[in-house]
Amino acid sequence: MNTWQILEFEKPIYVMQEKIEELKKVSEDTNIDLQKEIETLEAQTQEHKKELYSNLKPFQKLQIARHPNRPNFLDYIRLITTDFIEMHGDREGSDDRAIIGGIAKIDGHSVMIIGTQKGKTTKENLEYNFGMPQPQGYRKALRLFQHASRFGLPIVTLIDTMGAYPGIKAEETGQGIAIAKNLCEMEKLDVPIIAIITGEGCSGGALGLAVADKIMILEHAYYTVISPEGCASILWRDAAMAQQAAEALKITGEDLLKYSIVDEIIKEPLGGAHYNYEEMGEEMKKSVIKSLDELKGIKPKELKEKRYQKFRAMGVFAE
Amino acid sequence: MTLTDWFKTRRKEQQIAAREHEVKIDDAIGKLWTACYNCQTQLPKKDLENTNKVCPHCDYHFRMGARERIALVVDENTFEEKFANVTGKDPLQFTDTQPYCQRQLDAKKKTELDEAVITGVGKISGHKVAVAVMDFDYMGGSMGSVVGEKVTRIMEFALEKKIPMIAFTSSGGARMQESALSLMQMAKTSCAVAKLNEAKILYITVLCEPTFGGVTASFGTLGDIMIAEKGARIGFAGRRVIEQTIRQKLPADFQTAEYLLKYGQLDMVVSRNEMKEKLTTILSIHEK
Repeated sequence: MNTWQILEFEKPIYVMQEKIEELKKVSEDTNIDLQKEIETLEAQTQEHKKELYSNLKPFQKLQIARHPNRPNFLDYIRLITTDFIEMHGDREGSDDRAIIGGIAKIDGHSVMIIGTQKGKTTKENLEYNFGMPQPQGYRKALRLFQHASRFGLPIVTLIDTMGAYPGIKAEETGQGIAIAKNLCEMEKLDVPIIAIITGEGCSGGALGLAVADKIMILEHAYYTVISPEGCASILWRDAAMAQQAAEALKITGEDLLKYSIVDEIIKEPLGGAHYNYEEMGEEMKKSVIKSLDELKGIKPKELKEKRYQKFRAMGVFAE
Repeated sequence: MTLTDWFKTRRKEQQIAAREHEVKIDDAIGKLWTACYNCQTQLPKKDLENTNKVCPHCDYHFRMGARERIALVVDENTFEEKFANVTGKDPLQFTDTQPYCQRQLDAKKKTELDEAVITGVGKISGHKVAVAVMDFDYMGGSMGSVVGEKVTRIMEFALEKKIPMIAFTSSGGARMQESALSLMQMAKTSCAVAKLNEAKILYITVLCEPTFGGVTASFGTLGDIMIAEKGARIGFAGRRVIEQTIRQKLPADFQTAEYLLKYGQLDMVVSRNEMKEKLTTILSIHEK
């Protein structure tokens, strides 16, 4: 397992926490009562934490979204579902491990749940191709979407990806075509679709699972047309301008809510999902159940028309 | 490798290089002459105009703008532009080395277009069609809110009038300056194609030099029939990004129309000067 990674902007909090531990040890060793001092310091640290994590800049949120200890798709399967049965393969010769999906129950609700899977170790990342899907992954997802539609299973997608994999085989087997097909075919599905950006929502590679009736984003996750680093390289001709690019691209939940790109932000535990898996799982499950209840009972024809109009309304122009 | 194979590979590499480093030969030589980027034969500009910007010596297809494309394919005096009143804003107040609104003004001045796509209706050899024609000269043909909106509107028009829809693509991808709003145009246009599919409206895409990124991954590759213009570069990720990721040399013909044909991604590759005839035949067969 990785050692725990402390982000640069979190270091002052860890310094305060170390001081508290020191005081506790001193109190123990010397039998002097330092309880009042310890409690004061603990309260101050907690205030500082709340202040810090509710005022994060986009580039800081990005670091939390990319944290190596952040829960991944299979973690969420364990946290929010029961009876998960994975369904493999695209029936055309491949099983892309960067996209995992299957049937499951969430608090008794039967669903099809699909998502991008990142690894936590080098070995896992090689198995899951760093969560960067190839055309075969999008085709597998489509097969599972169509199964769900045929059998009336609502769909939940969890998206955390740097984007679709840019490789030779990916281009040969139609990376663009596979994503486009999903964007088109998702419009035709007869069941409710709930998409959650759980970490990195980068470009068409993320969108290929996100044509949904309800789109949600975790508090520190981000959704963008291009990574800030990619944007900086092209527009600023300098990858070091990534922070500025992150500000300009308006990648955070608050911005996306403002432009009606997402419908809801799901709160994370203080500091990020990686600090408390169980709490994150509970929050996510609550939001999913609420969304399933909102969307159930809508007839397929009406559901598809609402989905169409949802994306139809996106865009800002003059006339 | 035989000597013939070596020459073929070398020729393909030269063509790729010609595309990659489009030198402003026009300015160097003057107003009346130019030179082919591929075979370097010097040509009177009039020759190129007469061949619709195809080199008469080596068949190299120069990039073509939207207005020229429409004049080439649509019957004279039948084209009616639609939705020209939809124009751009700067929703994110985006500034990189220049403000986005300034880039838009510069692009309008340079191209005399209001955006990277012209949409409308016209006839192709008498067959009424709806068309969307992209122009790479306007901010790299990038798709932002306006391109997405115009393409969607013209598709909805085709749906309403029950006429075939043809999209000519030429784009570097989604417009970064509108971030997630640009990304959503991929979904919006693809959902419009879904409606065309359900109503059994014929949708033809003609992928032209170059077509990449968000347009390849949305309406550009959703045609019932997918045509690519000869020699066009078409792909999802850019060549440089792929080279940096895999750290390998790429095949000489990588991401060309011919390459996509080889890998089963296209119905056909057609030369520019045969395009109108091919489209006419397709339309006439589908009209039964």
